[in-house]
Amino acid sequence: MMGFEVINPGMHCLLQDKGRVGYHSLGITSGGAFDQYSFGWANRLCLNDDNAGCIEILIGGLIIESQVSTQIAITGADIPIKINDSTVENWCTHNIQPGDKISFGYATAGCRSYLAIAGGIQAPLIFNSLSTVVREGLGGLTQLGTPLEKGDILTCSSNSHSTQRSVPAKYHCEFDTDIAEIRIVTGYQYEQFSQQTKQFFATDYVISPNSDRMGYRLEGPAIEMPRCEMLSEGISLGAVQLTADGMPIILLCDRQTIGGYPKLGSVFSLDIARLAQMMPGQKLCFKPLSIDQAQHLLQKSAP
Amino acid sequence: MSIEYPKIVIASENSSIVYFSERPCDRTSDQISFTANTLKDRLGLDLIDLIPSYHSLLVIYNPQRFGYQKIEQEIRDTIAQWTASNQSRKGRKVELPVYYNPESGPDLQSIADHSDLSIDEVIELHQQTEYTVYAMGFAPGFAYLGEVDERIAMPRLATPRHNVPQGAVAIADRQTAIYPSQSPGGWNLIGLCPISLFNADKQPHSPMQVGDKLRFKSISRDEFMQLGGSEQSLLGEIT
Repeated sequence: MMGFEVINPGMHCLLQDKGRVGYHSLGITSGGAFDQYSFGWANRLCLNDDNAGCIEILIGGLIIESQVSTQIAITGADIPIKINDSTVENWCTHNIQPGDKISFGYATAGCRSYLAIAGGIQAPLIFNSLSTVVREGLGGLTQLGTPLEKGDILTCSSNSHSTQRSVPAKYHCEFDTDIAEIRIVTGYQYEQFSQQTKQFFATDYVISPNSDRMGYRLEGPAIEMPRCEMLSEGISLGAVQLTADGMPIILLCDRQTIGGYPKLGSVFSLDIARLAQMMPGQKLCFKPLSIDQAQHLLQKSAP
Repeated sequence: MSIEYPKIVIASENSSIVYFSERPCDRTSDQISFTANTLKDRLGLDLIDLIPSYHSLLVIYNPQRFGYQKIEQEIRDTIAQWTASNQSRKGRKVELPVYYNPESGPDLQSIADHSDLSIDEVIELHQQTEYTVYAMGFAPGFAYLGEVDERIAMPRLATPRHNVPQGAVAIADRQTAIYPSQSPGGWNLIGLCPISLFNADKQPHSPMQVGDKLRFKSISRDEFMQLGGSEQSLLGEIT
């Protein structure tokens, strides 16, 4: 098997595609690239299938060495990248020769980078996807949900060097620095919790350090919650739940599929990619978006 | 305030949740199974995923193809086709073996104390009920079953265990379940099931699905070992 050898696995690098679809009724979550926007551009740059396997690099530190001749592209966070001793840009393709070493520094803005290789990174599919979900022990190179490790091989084919391509700067990620305004499609129990919903939209929050691909916990003044008994029900991507202590949690790509806390609605999908680039400590506020507005915006953004 | 069922509520830009009744019951479980199966046929690839649960069904769809009003109409038309007599798919009946013993179920004694019953009576009450598979979640293959006889209902442990073995049969309030893989857990452990409950690479992935009816059958330690039960899960793995 030829490809790229992992010399240093970095902080936390995961093989991802668009995620698992159609298996929620078995309790299997979606997984998949957290920032689908940057992931999509990485594959497009390499002329890959839109579901091809990429590496999601959290913060940085990854070093890989090529055994093949091919083309790669990196998108997402602002991060220093070197091919051998030369500093290179992201949001464009690079030709790679056997023996080339690609080293990532640490993100200076945003926190997730996507590395695509022409033809896609190959791995056996589990439930129709190679997405790594650590919590479920599914997917990835080992199929057991493990992050990249030293010595792993990112299997891919050799590819002829084609024309270089780049993404125009106006389409690069923009990173939120001040308070990020995140749009929420109101739904689920928001009518029964109208007082709490009002308070939620009027509050500034900070992303807690205790946040990951499963969910972002938010810190802020606690919302007073009545005692409530609820039967567990299906959880959509981006659902905002209020736990008994009155703190919101945004449930993300590795979320549990069912749960029994009240929810006020779900983060608009185009804003989930923005959340993926935010680190603990980032300030957030929320703005309601009606279902009509949300579906209209989605129609407009359709390829 | 009375609510009219089915009640359909927006969950996100590409999903709506249908509530079928106030409380779960056999009729609701059957309506959920019927609606899920019929929507799969009606919507084909425009249906992204479905999450059935106790009294609800989350319908996730392709918003590039359907607006939320159109989906609501599809759901209402589907439910209107349901009748108690032409049930699409009766839940199958599944039986799973369990080795009930204090060495495999370290909380049997505390449930017996709590309910003022003997351990044998607790076991008898657990295996004489036919349970409904209400939902799957928490972990792949983890099935929420209900409802246990109220005499053996038992609140969750104050402090969850770090390590519950694969196959552990457990009770929390009036729910019961089997842990499909080793994991942390706060339910009360009463026995071990030697049958694998989740296979990523084999069909079917799980011996049961939402809507099925399940019974437990008490087996001996020898039978447990013959069916593939592991000595390890009996010895000191529970922490």
